[in-house]
Amino acid sequence: MDYLKKYPKLFQWLFLLIIFFALCFSIDVPETYKFIRGQAEFVKDPNQSTYVFLGKEVRYYAFDVFWRLPPLLGWLPIWINDSLFFLMNEWMPMEFWNEDTQEYKTRPLVLEISRTLTSFMTFLIFLIRETLLGGLETIVAFTSWDWIDKNPWAELPGLPWTIVAAGFAILAYKLSGKGLAIFAGLVMVYISIFGQWKPSMQTLSFILVAAPLSFIFGLGLGVAAYKSKRVEKALYPILLVMQTMPQYAVLVPALVLFGVGDHAAVIITMIVAVPPMILLTLLGLRAVPPEVIEAGRMSGCNNWQLMTKVLIPTARRDILIGVNQVIMVCFSMAVISAFIGAKGLGFNLLLALNQLNIGLALEAGLCISLIAILLDKMSLAWANKQTDYFGNLTFYQRNKNSLFFGASVIIGIILAYVGTFIFKDTFNYLFEVPHNKGISTADFWNKGVDWIFDTFFVYIKAFNTWLIVEVLQPMRALYLRMPAVATLVLVVGAGYLIGGIRSALVVFGLTLFIALSPWWDRALVTTYMATFGVIMSCAIGFTVGTLCFQSKRAAAFMLGVCDIFQTFPSFVYLIPVMMLFGITDTSVLIAVIVYATIPATRYTIEGLRSVPAGLHDAATMSGVNKFQRLTKIEFPLAFPHMMLGLNQTIVFALFMVIIGAFIGTEDLGQYILKALSDKNGAGIGLTLGICVAFIGLIFDNLIRTWVGQRKKHLGID
Amino acid sequence: MSEPVIKCENVYKIFGANAEKMLQESNGNVDAKTFQDNGCIVGVNNASFEVSKGEMLVVMGLSGSGKSTLLRCISRLTDATGGKIFIEGQDLLKLNNKELIDLRRNKMGMVFQSFALLPHKTVVENIAFPLQIKGIKTEDSISKAMDMVKLVGLDGRENYFPRELSGGQQQRVGIARSLAVEPDIWFLDEPFSALDPLIRKEMQDEFLRLQEKLQKTIMFITHDFDEALKLADRIAIMKDGIIEQLDTPAKIVLNPATEYVRKFTEEVPREKVLLIEDVMDTSNTENLGDLKVSKDEVIENVAEKILSQEKSVAVTDENNKVIGSINPTKIINTVFGGRKNSN
Repeated sequence: MDYLKKYPKLFQWLFLLIIFFALCFSIDVPETYKFIRGQAEFVKDPNQSTYVFLGKEVRYYAFDVFWRLPPLLGWLPIWINDSLFFLMNEWMPMEFWNEDTQEYKTRPLVLEISRTLTSFMTFLIFLIRETLLGGLETIVAFTSWDWIDKNPWAELPGLPWTIVAAGFAILAYKLSGKGLAIFAGLVMVYISIFGQWKPSMQTLSFILVAAPLSFIFGLGLGVAAYKSKRVEKALYPILLVMQTMPQYAVLVPALVLFGVGDHAAVIITMIVAVPPMILLTLLGLRAVPPEVIEAGRMSGCNNWQLMTKVLIPTARRDILIGVNQVIMVCFSMAVISAFIGAKGLGFNLLLALNQLNIGLALEAGLCISLIAILLDKMSLAWANKQTDYFGNLTFYQRNKNSLFFGASVIIGIILAYVGTFIFKDTFNYLFEVPHNKGISTADFWNKGVDWIFDTFFVYIKAFNTWLIVEVLQPMRALYLRMPAVATLVLVVGAGYLIGGIRSALVVFGLTLFIALSPWWDRALVTTYMATFGVIMSCAIGFTVGTLCFQSKRAAAFMLGVCDIFQTFPSFVYLIPVMMLFGITDTSVLIAVIVYATIPATRYTIEGLRSVPAGLHDAATMSGVNKFQRLTKIEFPLAFPHMMLGLNQTIVFALFMVIIGAFIGTEDLGQYILKALSDKNGAGIGLTLGICVAFIGLIFDNLIRTWVGQRKKHLGID
Repeated sequence: MSEPVIKCENVYKIFGANAEKMLQESNGNVDAKTFQDNGCIVGVNNASFEVSKGEMLVVMGLSGSGKSTLLRCISRLTDATGGKIFIEGQDLLKLNNKELIDLRRNKMGMVFQSFALLPHKTVVENIAFPLQIKGIKTEDSISKAMDMVKLVGLDGRENYFPRELSGGQQQRVGIARSLAVEPDIWFLDEPFSALDPLIRKEMQDEFLRLQEKLQKTIMFITHDFDEALKLADRIAIMKDGIIEQLDTPAKIVLNPATEYVRKFTEEVPREKVLLIEDVMDTSNTENLGDLKVSKDEVIENVAEKILSQEKSVAVTDENNKVIGSINPTKIINTVFGGRKNSN
């Protein structure tokens, strides 16, 4: 009894676990139950039960409700589909002027909005793309096809790659200095020489539209949320869900609304990239000290000046992290949106992966990663740039960057012109190195992969088999064996023990949604993969983080590595694992582990760093050794921050598990991928996305509540 | 006398949802306890006072006494719940947003406890900030700001960022920024509280030097009674939002109005605060010794001379005319005697 009084929480948890296991053992698997049904779910079967809700018929296999809940939300995807269809094709028809046919036409409002947005985005993308690569569309947008037919000379010529490379280098120099300039130059030269110029510029044009637009919208909405409680309250739930919503899932509804192509990709990228920007803007603005705001007011700022000159610059650290996130998401989406027809490196990457041409995939992946790192660094440098008032600069000094750029434009044009003579019979390499005509290392990598396969095949296969048979399959079976009721009890009980009745209710609602959807089994598989990934990532991340923390330099180095890895588009992680493990669950899981280890490591280092120096001294004076200091002082204090890392790790892991569907897994992601090619996929895709988001949110809620209490308890923050 | 620069009439600041309604119902008799029971917190309770041109009013009070809130009412960083505030005769609470911004751009400067510098701007940019907000050209504002940099003795550091400066230096920037628009009214909200004692003393002296030169109308907030005595022309002592006493330092030391004020004055070294004028005997101008002291001398500076005399010492005004006397016993009583005043 004494123990019970001393550790009441511990016994409550034990009690919860006992109930959970009791439920698991007492509820048997029904004999007819087939785990993770395939397409059969949609095939009519006399054994199925049906119900009709909102005019939609839902068919399902009925089982003991303690074992699996009936899919009472089965109508939701169909209903979403129909609503979308109704919105697009029937709702609010209005008269709109049609420029081409010169007459009024009746069109539904949403369709018209969608078309207008589409043409606007297309125009922006083509403007940049054709500046870089040349083309007709921009001029057509200002004139007409007829005019182009009459004036065949009118065409944007495109810039020779030399000019673009020089331009990037000069811009990088202006923003940061020699180091970044050299890096920028090298990246551009590399891209050109290796024949990735065209797809790279296509991707770049996509990013240069999507990133600034996301930034502007995110900042604007963030400011609006800061100014008005009502806006914030309206935005908050959307932001929350979007944070854990896999990017795949948003693709499908966007497909319905905006069709296929780069413009749809830009819009979808904005939908994904704007929420973190809003959150970070809000966070940053909130953290501005009140006295700074008062100082601004007393300096005579009006509201606009206060926002642009005081609040936003003071909050720029968080806003910058937002920009960073936006760029990250944009590159990530540049690959993913290739599914809905965005051109560029992402498309090539997907194509190469599909053909299992690892070498080509690697080249495209490397290019996209390099551009991502470059833009990331340049945006950082831009935000940190300061003006100097005290140089009495000469005309040359003040304008040297523009002068250099002007010179490089002229030189570039001359070179390109000279090139027409040198490369008379082949391509003008001084203008553009065509795709697949540059140096390619693909063969080398492919041979390397083959060699690895030939040499280590036995070991890799042995490891693979061991992992799947001994670890993954049993774990998966265990997860699937959980009766729905037992899972609900476990989750709700955990919610109650951590955050009281409120948390329990939230978590219950989220879990119930998934349990009532038709994909409970698949959600369990998703959770099992994510759990495995998270456990491994945390084990690695916490260890590596703790070890690196022992030396200042190692810690700084590790954080730098994390930064760079985080910039890689998530899809890129699939390339090396496919190289080694082929198309198996192991590949996906290893990609998950690598990807999710980043936040685990980062937060561990940051958490340990945030332990106040005074405490170190106090501990040292109490005579602790290094190990004691770590276990008695640093870990307990850093733990809340590390748990936030765990939260991020879970989100990252879920994302990667879903992306892993591309390789072929049997979880929710597989269905999302299927929904992409399904005429009626929008509802399914969105509902599946919400399911995944909710899995993330369940953990998010539990962890955040716990961290909040713990921080209060420790008096930090 | 000319019109007061700052004039407050029955200013109230009450925080809470239905503060205004409750204030109206209370008819000016605000009881903090009743308000608190109804979910309102009284920040400033019936403050009335005037500050004339070139005067330095120090508002002294412990944390939570409402002194900062009072200052924010007068600078209208928060709107007072009731009462009237006049700045050079203008009704502050009636100004619209544009007029208020104009007033702040041209007439007011403020220094903050936590310095409140803009982290992304250098020293000189921070100082030039209010000027640029006014719309002054970059070069002019920077050159004006450079004058300010020199004024507060930060030459050579104009291109540093706030994070690269010590606390004292940061507050010099804060002071320079608040002075950049050449305001008539200068608000200082515990400007030296976050500084080390030595730096604080240095900054106080610097501040007095500046004030001697600039002659601004000042409201200075502090929780340090010694600081208040050192700087103030007049001191307002606040407690729970109420001004307990508003008077010159000497009168507060000699005549504490309430028990609360008396507690502060008990430990004050009187010889450092009081002037001869404050303790002299005006009735006796006869039969005095040869030594004469000015009425404006601090007791500490002349005590030794007076104590070495046997007769009473003559006290003179600025025209060297004898206006009173002081005897050694009086000095001893003032400095060492019981804390009850016998004046």
